Amino acid sequence: MTYLLIFITAIFVNNIVLSQFLGICPFLGVSKKISTALGMGFAVMFVMTVSTIATFLIYHSLLLPFRLEYMTTVAFILVIAALVQMVEIIIKKVSPMLYQALGIFLPLITTNCAVLGIAILTVQKNYALLPGVCYALASAAGFTLAIVIFAGIRERLAYTKIPAALKGTPIALITAGLLSMAFMGFAGIGH
Amino acid sequence: MDKTSYRNLTRGIVAENPILVMMLGMCPTLGVSTSALNGVGMGLATLLVLIFSNSAISLVKNIIPPMVRIPSFIVIIASIVTVVDLLMAAYLPALHAALGIYIPLIVVNCIILGRAEAFASKNNLWQSVLDALGMGIGFTLALTVLGAIREILGNGSLFGIALLGEDVNPILLFIMPPGAFLALAAMIVTFNRLRKGN
Repeated sequence: MTYLLIFITAIFVNNIVLSQFLGICPFLGVSKKISTALGMGFAVMFVMTVSTIATFLIYHSLLLPFRLEYMTTVAFILVIAALVQMVEIIIKKVSPMLYQALGIFLPLITTNCAVLGIAILTVQKNYALLPGVCYALASAAGFTLAIVIFAGIRERLAYTKIPAALKGTPIALITAGLLSMAFMGFAGIGH
Repeated sequence: MDKTSYRNLTRGIVAENPILVMMLGMCPTLGVSTSALNGVGMGLATLLVLIFSNSAISLVKNIIPPMVRIPSFIVIIASIVTVVDLLMAAYLPALHAALGIYIPLIVVNCIILGRAEAFASKNNLWQSVLDALGMGIGFTLALTVLGAIREILGNGSLFGIALLGEDVNPILLFIMPPGAFLALAAMIVTFNRLRKGN
């Protein structure tokens, strides 16, 4: 039951993009086509889960025992940057197919603030390892859901007549605002 | 002040405004702009980090091998952000609590790494400080205006001072997440129109 609650809360109620504003850059940047949005979503899901496990272990076995909590930001960003590089090398070697699909998105993920944000939030919220991993996975699933829906709307928007002043970023932001409004409807579930 | 310095200082304020033109640092922009005060606080924190990171990187740019340049920049930026984070927790606890997770996330704010890579790693100390100052001011101004718009519309106040009478209901939506997207969209449209008018 706890896990189900974590999943529903992280995907719908506190959607990482539409209500917490993490990972806005890839959300606005790689959402012109559904297929690329899906690729980005899966890459984020993978990296976020793995990096949350790694940062969780480092926080609880290294930073806490030695009272180095103030080094959290520095340690986490280094771990994430190194991890993304490593994941990229491993995928390239093990599964060239997957690398083809995710390859271009992997380096971008280092500067995706959602990954660092969720890693920090997981330790701040004092989750144990398993709920923490679920929280990370669910948040990433929320990211994937939001970016895929958004890309779907933008594919349609490309064929619509948009007032000149709103072309480009403004219409994307308005669309995201409406999407965020729709997700606000889930807020009731949380209580 | 000579012409190059002047251009480096003013570029970030209008022509290459990080939020309104370059679309950098969107997460803190949308996340903390629920009030004008939060906007000022986040803007100044970013400005501070930007000045120190640009000067540090400009000073060590010749020592760092190009291969490991980005990781080195990130470590420098993360250390500076940690210092700012701890200082704010000590001296401005209320603001620190209001900005929350977005303070450590200054590390991954694209503006900081962007300026380090695009400007500070190629220019001298003085020009890098000017560039950081301009970009930081542009970021702070845009963030403050966005925060003010959302606070007036969504809460009926500005910098915490009530503007509307008690019988006027503010549009609560504007301090909630959707309001951030809508207000920023409106702001960009207005900004583009004003720039074209000149």
